[in-house]
Amino acid sequence: MKLLAMQLGHADGQSSTALRGLSPFDSSKSPATVFWLAVHALCCLGSLVLGFRFSQLLVFLLFSTSPIFRAADQTASDNPIFLLSNPSSTTVNQSTPHVAVGRHGIRVRPWPHPDPIEVMRAHQIIERVQREQRAQFSARNPDPRSLIVITPTYVRAFQAMHLTALMHTLMLVPYEVVWIVVEASGVSSETASLIERSGLQTVHVGFEQEMPAAWEERRSLEAKMRVHALRIVREKNLDGVVMFADDSNIHSMELFDEIQAVKWIGAVSLGILPHSTVDESDQAVSKIMNESKSLITVQGPVCNSANQFIGWRTDNRSTDMHRGGTQVDDQGSHLTGKLEWAGFVLNSRMLWKDAEDRPEWVKDLGSLNWDIDVDSPLSLLEDLSVLEPLGNCSCRLMVWWLRVEARPGSQFPKGWLINPPLGITVPSKRTPWHNAPPELPSIENASSDEEEIDQHPTENQRHERSFGIKRWHKTETVEPQLLRREPVEN
Amino acid sequence: MKMWASSSFFFFVGLLCTHLSPVSARIGASDSGRTQPTERISGSAGDVLEDDPVGRLKVFVYELPSKYNKKILQKDPRCLNHMFAAEIYMHRFLLSSPVRTLNPEEADWFYTPVYTTCDLTPNGLPLPFKSPRMMRSAIQLISSNWPYWNRTEGADHFFLVPHDFGACFHYQEEKAIERGILPLLQRATLVQTFGQRYHVCLKDGSITIPPYAPPQKMQAHLIPEKTPRSIFVYFRGLFYDVGNDPEGGYYARGARAAVWENFKDNPLFDISTEHPSTYYEDMQRAVFCLCPLGWAPWSPRLVEAVIFGCIPVIIADDIVLPFADAIPWEEIGVFVDEKDVPNLDTILTSIPPEVILRKQRLLANPSMKQAMLFPQPAQPGDAFHQVLNGLARKLPHGRSVYLKPGQKILNWTAGPVGDLKPW
Repeated sequence: MKLLAMQLGHADGQSSTALRGLSPFDSSKSPATVFWLAVHALCCLGSLVLGFRFSQLLVFLLFSTSPIFRAADQTASDNPIFLLSNPSSTTVNQSTPHVAVGRHGIRVRPWPHPDPIEVMRAHQIIERVQREQRAQFSARNPDPRSLIVITPTYVRAFQAMHLTALMHTLMLVPYEVVWIVVEASGVSSETASLIERSGLQTVHVGFEQEMPAAWEERRSLEAKMRVHALRIVREKNLDGVVMFADDSNIHSMELFDEIQAVKWIGAVSLGILPHSTVDESDQAVSKIMNESKSLITVQGPVCNSANQFIGWRTDNRSTDMHRGGTQVDDQGSHLTGKLEWAGFVLNSRMLWKDAEDRPEWVKDLGSLNWDIDVDSPLSLLEDLSVLEPLGNCSCRLMVWWLRVEARPGSQFPKGWLINPPLGITVPSKRTPWHNAPPELPSIENASSDEEEIDQHPTENQRHERSFGIKRWHKTETVEPQLLRREPVEN
Repeated sequence: MKMWASSSFFFFVGLLCTHLSPVSARIGASDSGRTQPTERISGSAGDVLEDDPVGRLKVFVYELPSKYNKKILQKDPRCLNHMFAAEIYMHRFLLSSPVRTLNPEEADWFYTPVYTTCDLTPNGLPLPFKSPRMMRSAIQLISSNWPYWNRTEGADHFFLVPHDFGACFHYQEEKAIERGILPLLQRATLVQTFGQRYHVCLKDGSITIPPYAPPQKMQAHLIPEKTPRSIFVYFRGLFYDVGNDPEGGYYARGARAAVWENFKDNPLFDISTEHPSTYYEDMQRAVFCLCPLGWAPWSPRLVEAVIFGCIPVIIADDIVLPFADAIPWEEIGVFVDEKDVPNLDTILTSIPPEVILRKQRLLANPSMKQAMLFPQPAQPGDAFHQVLNGLARKLPHGRSVYLKPGQKILNWTAGPVGDLKPW
């Protein structure tokens, strides 16, 4: 009885009675309520028979004049923003009842999907808010200097991947960036086309030697390329903080904030990730890999408790890899090791021909034999103790060194673009879409003098499929109706 | 002629001065540099958030038998943590506050500590069915044991009624409207969380307070301020109350359901019904936080949004927000009519970034955050003090407050029959 009575209140608000437990049924039992109870009991019996609840429907049809819609299914009516049936209920409100109690419609607009222009505006708002946050809360140098980033590169299979990543990192840097890209084997259009997409101020120079295959020689050539870039800094009198970003390195955005603090020459900790080169069939590397318990070695300065620079940290493993260990003591001994350039940051005024406040411990670059003497930024110093350790005395790793390269001589399509698109697809034998019968299209042009690699589906087809699986070296079956055969130009 | 000219001159100068000073107070901080992280807040009552109520009013706390307060709390200590806990904490604050006076003759305001919202279901929701009788019994007690009630028929008394619809004492809006405010409280000042214009359950002169939100819990979840805000709109909560309103349309007047239906696939809106453990942290990473109405227009989300610096988007028609005369909510939050919910994305994205930054600066004001909290022990500028400030602003009492001897205004037998039973 009580249950039926609770269901009686459906036309007006039936809210939390179920939640709060059985409320005391405090309205008196008038004949009207008894009548309604009887009607409701009949309706309940009827719905048991029929199989669906029609009592509400009945009451609505009988007593409500406006038509009934399903919320949120219908898209358009006269009113572009459409509603459920409007409430007609008790408004015991005073004076101007702005808001009525009872059932309201659920307003859904006809196209309830995001609008790209608004999304763009929202992103601009977010970006502005974040800029303001950065300005207020991150402890920033009030007078930021521009960054001069030196990157040696050469055309190879993974260049596009590395360089694009580095490019986007630099585009996010909130300071002015001058990007000096030194390319082995001269300036090439591929690198140029990659770089010009950045919108940064770039200096693209070529270096006349070709990048050799062997690892050691590559390192020394890179060093020479970097020195060449330093020469450019010197000639053009560029002002700012010089940092060395190899294109395969991974940088954290905090790095760029930290290096603003350098006065003359600073060092950051570098995390050396293994798998340095793929083509190194070194037993040394494999031995290191087997022995290493942690995957990462850290190369960087070490401080004493007074936050003064006292030496370097390089693990034994990295000394094996790079065949170097370093020693700094009061006599300023001779450095034997090979430290990565990426861990050093310079003030460009150190390199200038005549800067007034250049300290004496900086060797004048004009006096050095560039090609031989300079194999690490430390060669520019006469006294190593002036090195500034950055990044919380280099406790924080903000840059990682990782050389992942394809085999030297890997073939790849020029610019990673296949043009004109290939028209031949060959279904692979093993596909996840087992329902599609493997249909072998007629091979119209068996040999394409285009590329040396396997056939790929056309780019358009790939976009239609949008399966998100990128497999350059495997083919995919296409459902028969989607298969498009493009004639290959002869 | 000359006298008239000079007097009118002084009159105009006086007018100008009164006009200029509040304006200058409001825009004070904005001139002194855009990079200032906060801005002063001054509402329609002026720059009153940091006022000190001590010395401006005196409050006498009636000593009721513990069955009205302590025993109820002992029976169910959950009352200390739910969003209606303000009534308990206000009592404790007043007992040890310097505004308390033990001499009722010099008191400006009288406080009756009766915990009407502490009768909880097993789920923790308060049942208001006995509250009218409890309140009536308390008033009968104070009117018979002290002369101060009869002197003014309660016009210089204040009560805390933090429940859903205030002194209407019901959780269902229609029933609450039917009952109306308890007749015995017609002349008293009500301090409540419910506020909606043109509504029976909000009477003139009430003070709206924020719902109780546990301050330590919120402080424990603070993240560094430089964490970039990357969520555009954030909301966690119900859209449909399937238990009580299966078809939709009653709960939140359909507004929450409209939010879901319109924006469920919009990447800018991070909305869902989940209960993540990182709720507070996520709010700190959001630019806007939705605060739509539920069964009642107010919600603790407003407090949380203010504490975490997320701009509140208030979707509740005619709502009256806490301390509305001290805090200029239109400048701090975004108000969206319920009928405009389908265009919420257009509305929010077309707010100019400078306005958004200004709102964030106002939210960052520590006195703003402090005014929304009920910390234990009380701190200057917190919600307890704002309530006292509000009471102080209503002083001195007008002459209609004091009744002539023998004059009676209240009808002690008005209201539903069930309310007249003793408690």
